[in-house]
Amino acid sequence: MADPATFGERATQNGGSSHATQVHSRAFSDRLAPLGAATRAGGAFTRVGGSVAEAGKTIAGGLLGRAAEWAQEQLTADLDDRDPDYIRENLPLAWLAATLWYRAEVRDMGNVPEQGPVLLVGNHSGGNMSPEVVILPLAFSTYFGVERAFYQLAHNLVLASPVGPFLRRYGTMAASHEHARRALASGAAVLVFPGGDWEVHRPSWERHKVDFAGRKGFIKLALAENAPIVPVVTVGGQETALFLSRGAWLAKLLRVDRSLRLKVLPISLALPWGVNVGDLLGHLPLPAKITIEVLPPIDLREQFGPEPDVDEVYDHVTRVMQETLNGLAAERRFPVIG
Amino acid sequence: MRLGESIVVSAPPELVWEYLEEPGNYLHFMSGVTRWEVQGEQRSGLGARYRMLIRVGSAEVGGLIEIVEWNPGRDMAWSSLTGVDQRGRFRLRETRDGRTRVELRFQYGVAGAGLVGWLSEWVASPTLGSHLRRSLSQLKRQVEHERLRAEAARRRREREGAAAS
Repeated sequence: MADPATFGERATQNGGSSHATQVHSRAFSDRLAPLGAATRAGGAFTRVGGSVAEAGKTIAGGLLGRAAEWAQEQLTADLDDRDPDYIRENLPLAWLAATLWYRAEVRDMGNVPEQGPVLLVGNHSGGNMSPEVVILPLAFSTYFGVERAFYQLAHNLVLASPVGPFLRRYGTMAASHEHARRALASGAAVLVFPGGDWEVHRPSWERHKVDFAGRKGFIKLALAENAPIVPVVTVGGQETALFLSRGAWLAKLLRVDRSLRLKVLPISLALPWGVNVGDLLGHLPLPAKITIEVLPPIDLREQFGPEPDVDEVYDHVTRVMQETLNGLAAERRFPVIG
Repeated sequence: MRLGESIVVSAPPELVWEYLEEPGNYLHFMSGVTRWEVQGEQRSGLGARYRMLIRVGSAEVGGLIEIVEWNPGRDMAWSSLTGVDQRGRFRLRETRDGRTRVELRFQYGVAGAGLVGWLSEWVASPTLGSHLRRSLSQLKRQVEHERLRAEAARRRREREGAAAS
């Protein structure tokens, strides 16, 4: 069951409006607690919250520091931020985007176990305007209903952006091992993209490559919570712009790898900017056809024994995902058109 | 958004109803429906619940539905309990020549979705309308086929009975 500090006590307190201030401050400290130990899991989850605040103060003093503290506040770990009614009311918008813009096709959602915790592991594409982050929650929510809790882990900077408050209501949480663990422990489904910013900004000519950059934290998470892994493979996302480079060299040159812990500073040709450096303001994605295939669940202990070897599991998961991606890529006749 | 289609089936209402009351048949004739599963103990009748999904655009949409009207040989209506709001109805009426006019009505939407909700309903309506028409065509084909088989079986039994006597 869920952490009582998150659900039991706080639900009770939230019921008493006179304690709103106390609840808020407690919620804030609750939220900060996991951030201190945030985001290790194989490098997939990065620690940004505290460092953003430190970096801001170092670089430009009080103003940036306060902005960074505000950003840190956005990195909530509260599962209760997910709002099923809000998700339901916004399904039509997501459906329109998925259907009309991306002509999205989601196959075999029925492979996701009907109940219990499950870790959906996806390849990530499309830069900061990743299509699958819209399509997958839509597909999950319409298939299982918004009543079934579904959380997505996202880069901290995404949650600190102006759209962060909306995303949190969708069940998006700052990527950290602790957040994912809490969600799985509550019996929810959790979507992770182990490749993170490394994979999502890969060059377009590597669009048919699963690249988790060796990040294996998701396996440790699945083992710790005894949750099956359901691989989810997407094709088409890297055709929504012309991604030229991750810009790892640029991130080093500008020292944002140290100050903001940004390992990449992507360079792409994208609408409406033309040359788009950093993709921090997003871009208008091309209407590339997106196809998503949900693979059968992998019960790690059933398939790899009571003490699975993490490297072996990693090789297996990435191999089946790559094989599926190869098959999906073979179905495409033209870029963007599909 | 409300949609409706109708068709005349060359079979009496009782035969059409017999086909409609079996939940296992829905995956065979309902176009676009990817799931129609009995939930709970009750297979059919007033209060029976099903989990249904229908593919519309990029998503399989549906949820838990419950039979809210059950008038054998005449009307069957359902309403959603979870998922996208929907109401559906099969309305059977006998024609003067002993056949059955079957009307399938379907209402859907998301309460509170506003203008975008209306737009999505409008965009989805051609697909859903097509599903309704195809469902009724398939229902007609299945029921009429069943009727032919039943009549052939009756004639065979009569022939065998006559030969034996």
